[in-house]
Amino acid sequence: MNRDQQLFDYLLRLADSDLVLAQRLGAWVGHGPVIEEDIALTNVGLDLLGQARLWYAYAGEVEARFAARGRSEDELAFLRDSSEFRNLLLVERPNGNYGDTMARQFLFDVWHRLVLAGLSRSRDVRMAEIAAKALKEVRYHAERSADWVIRLGDGTDESHAKMEAAIDGLWMYTGEMFESDAIEEALAADGITCDSGALATSWREQVAAVLAEATLSLPASGWMQSGGKRGVHTEQLGYMLAEMQWLQRAYPGAHW
Amino acid sequence: MAAARLPGGALVSRRALADRNAIDAIWTTLAAIPDPEIPVISIVELGIVRDVAFDDDGLVVTVTPTYSGCPATEVIATDIERALATSGVGSFRVQTRLSPPWTTDWIAPAGRERLRAYGIAPPGERPALQTIDISSLRRPAAAAIPCPRCGSLHTRELSRFGSTPCKAQYRCEDCLEPFDYFKPH
Repeated sequence: MNRDQQLFDYLLRLADSDLVLAQRLGAWVGHGPVIEEDIALTNVGLDLLGQARLWYAYAGEVEARFAARGRSEDELAFLRDSSEFRNLLLVERPNGNYGDTMARQFLFDVWHRLVLAGLSRSRDVRMAEIAAKALKEVRYHAERSADWVIRLGDGTDESHAKMEAAIDGLWMYTGEMFESDAIEEALAADGITCDSGALATSWREQVAAVLAEATLSLPASGWMQSGGKRGVHTEQLGYMLAEMQWLQRAYPGAHW
Repeated sequence: MAAARLPGGALVSRRALADRNAIDAIWTTLAAIPDPEIPVISIVELGIVRDVAFDDDGLVVTVTPTYSGCPATEVIATDIERALATSGVGSFRVQTRLSPPWTTDWIAPAGRERLRAYGIAPPGERPALQTIDISSLRRPAAAAIPCPRCGSLHTRELSRFGSTPCKAQYRCEDCLEPFDYFKPH
């Protein structure tokens, strides 16, 4: 892999996590517990979709440097199979109940904010610009999801039990956020990305502080599932992509 | 070389003066384009238009998106193209610039007042972005947002998001009216 191929792969990791989570959040439309939350979830999804588009557009330009041509945003989103997706396993987890959705959002948001803050100092100007733009939005997402983890954790017996179960159930998918591989190490060494492993301490401190406020226990470190960055996904992603991509698969090139 | 004097006394070429007048006219044209979601404020007052300039290929209008996923962004680009096409400016293009990222600090004072009159509380102080501290992950103390209708500070946040990504939903506890708050960003 040359440097551009590594950068392309890394950009897909960012874009795919944004897109998959945006699609998950979009599935809440019309199903939110109250209309304000229905609107809020889809607005967060909209931010993530916008960020995914910025990353895909850049990825397509980078791809054109080493391939016959660079793919468009739509081609990258709608015409790749699950083994070509590079998103974190965490974001493809099913929506579950509202607590499950907010727990997933919180664990992701805290990481997302840290990684974007690091990327906003990238030596790659385009990367830094997109990250700085996204960071402003994600900061707000993190405040909101932390708020819900606290409200539900420090709420009724039932909401507490559900939030505890949600955090416990998702915990095994958080480890891969801090796993580095040859691609990330090479890009980080050049100052293009930040070192994934270096984010772990801050992430754990911030998550622990919010869980303490929420009267929830920090799960014990156990075995962590990984594979998303290599395209090894859980069964759930396939169903989601089938629903998201069917129109472009059935009617290639269809547009409004 | 043909030259003319500006009020400031600087000597500029006639070409530059003509460009300058043309650019002023373009800004006036753009200032008449309303934001598609909040039509009481123009895209110039909202701070979306970052630059108007000529290069070798013609006029270049540089815009920046408010939020990454704001659906109004494409509508705004189309509105600008339509306005320029009928303005007789000749060849032009609209380009997007991400950096520095858009901030509500760029909303003009007159625009803020129009937002208030329209029933949207204008954005307040922007939180510091550079520090990532744990306390900011907890529920921040809600700053008092004055009700755009009665001015009361006795208001409450109902939801972190309102009818668009750039707004939150509030309610005045005195006049009991719900209202949108343009979030500081």
